[in-house]
Amino acid sequence: MATGVFSNGRAKIAERTLRTDRWWLQPAFTVLVLFSFIVYATFRAFENAHYFVEPLISPFYSPCLSTGCVSGSSLLGQPLGVYHIFGMMISPSLFILIFPLGFRMTCYYYRKAYYRSFWFSPPACAVAEPHSKYTGETRAPLIMQNAHRWFFYAGLVFNFILTIDAILAFRNEHNQWGHMSVGTLVLLANATFLWLYSASCHTCRHTIGGRLRNFSKHPMRYKLWTWVSILNHKHQNFAWVSLFGVALADLYVRQVSAGSITNLYFF
Amino acid sequence: MARKLNLRIWRGNSTDGGLQNVTVDANEGEVVLDVIHRVQAEQMNDLAVRWNCKAGKCGSCSMEINGKPRLACMTQVASFEEEETITLTPLRAFPVIKDLVTDVSFNYKKAMEIPAYEAPADLKPGEARMAQVDVERSQEFRKCIECFLCQDTCHVIRDHEENKKSFAGPRFFIRIAELDMHPLDMLRNRKQKAQEEHGLGMCNITKCCTEVCPEHIRITDNAIIPMKERVVDVKYDPARWLGSKIRKRDGIL
Repeated sequence: MATGVFSNGRAKIAERTLRTDRWWLQPAFTVLVLFSFIVYATFRAFENAHYFVEPLISPFYSPCLSTGCVSGSSLLGQPLGVYHIFGMMISPSLFILIFPLGFRMTCYYYRKAYYRSFWFSPPACAVAEPHSKYTGETRAPLIMQNAHRWFFYAGLVFNFILTIDAILAFRNEHNQWGHMSVGTLVLLANATFLWLYSASCHTCRHTIGGRLRNFSKHPMRYKLWTWVSILNHKHQNFAWVSLFGVALADLYVRQVSAGSITNLYFF
Repeated sequence: MARKLNLRIWRGNSTDGGLQNVTVDANEGEVVLDVIHRVQAEQMNDLAVRWNCKAGKCGSCSMEINGKPRLACMTQVASFEEEETITLTPLRAFPVIKDLVTDVSFNYKKAMEIPAYEAPADLKPGEARMAQVDVERSQEFRKCIECFLCQDTCHVIRDHEENKKSFAGPRFFIRIAELDMHPLDMLRNRKQKAQEEHGLGMCNITKCCTEVCPEHIRITDNAIIPMKERVVDVKYDPARWLGSKIRKRDGIL
């Protein structure tokens, strides 16, 4: 039975959309970028090599919690052992990536991006989607999107750890403080972008003050809410910049660790 | 300076219809509604179009222009290329009545399902007072002109007729948000109702409602997502729920 824009009673128009602009460009670009990131991140998560070189650690492997981690890379110790599946060692990255991955998967901005681009629900505004049924986020598995705040809290923990990693990068290869390299800037930029992404998050905005019914009774939280709201306007931008930041920081550490490039020291 | 404008106008009723080509003069500074009126006066005297203020404030002339939900009175002819053919159709989420006029009564039925503001019992009419910061928060939502472009573009009902019975739509989510954020509203179960009766969980926040709003209300960021977070407070966050019970805090239920 016809449904949607082809339902009985609605204007009889054969086209799924009459838009004349290049509405497909944005979802296509999103697919290209996100798919590229997924391929790169998957490769790096399973590579289990070239993630640490004094004093730099890749954000994909920090904190490195397994006894299989290379010496000096475990900021929080090594509470986890070495595990194997089908004879292959499980990469230490896989123990931690679920948290930042969950944060981005349940992010209100990324939801818009992948619902449109990967699931065509809808591919663009006023472009009919191909699905015959739709239940939104009311059933499993998509009802799990309501867990966004828990991933947000976990994301804050990771932000702290990656900030410490950036501070530790003010050392040289011999663990002496008071030095600064390109790697220091890379890790600092990465941590900054991640903090901006978290601070601009809709859940952060809600937690800071959005849940209040009465701003006038909570002037401090109202003030904080207005600041977070300013950042929230740019949440989409921070989402992309922080994604690129993580990938580029990892790539930089990988290339230094592999000996492909030298980590240039300013002092 | 006048120019010739090529239009494709959908003409028909709820059982049949199609796009008809017409060429009409358009003067500098005119909007699409102006040229529709010229077509109506000179070439298609029985063309049905709903309009009223011609100032973007009544929300009557909602239609789809080149496939995008827009107000005809706020769409400049100059925004189209010289050789471009402009396609005008009725809103495609609602039943058509005739030509460019649709039956939007779905929205009025949904409006009636939203429980009204419930004033504090101890306040007489005229005694209620609110601080300006609390007023400002909901003033954005009060800008809504009920053009229903957000309802039209929302794929939950646009692409799934069967969802209309269980989904209120973005226009009414901003109404629910406005009331739920109201410091004096005494009705305490709006969050549950939003999720269970008005279909808030159906929204997958693809932001088309925000994109088409002629009043630039940030529907998704300022109403729908805050309401989703408030629903999480009462339905999906055991720590928050427990905290509210232990400390007997008012306000989240």
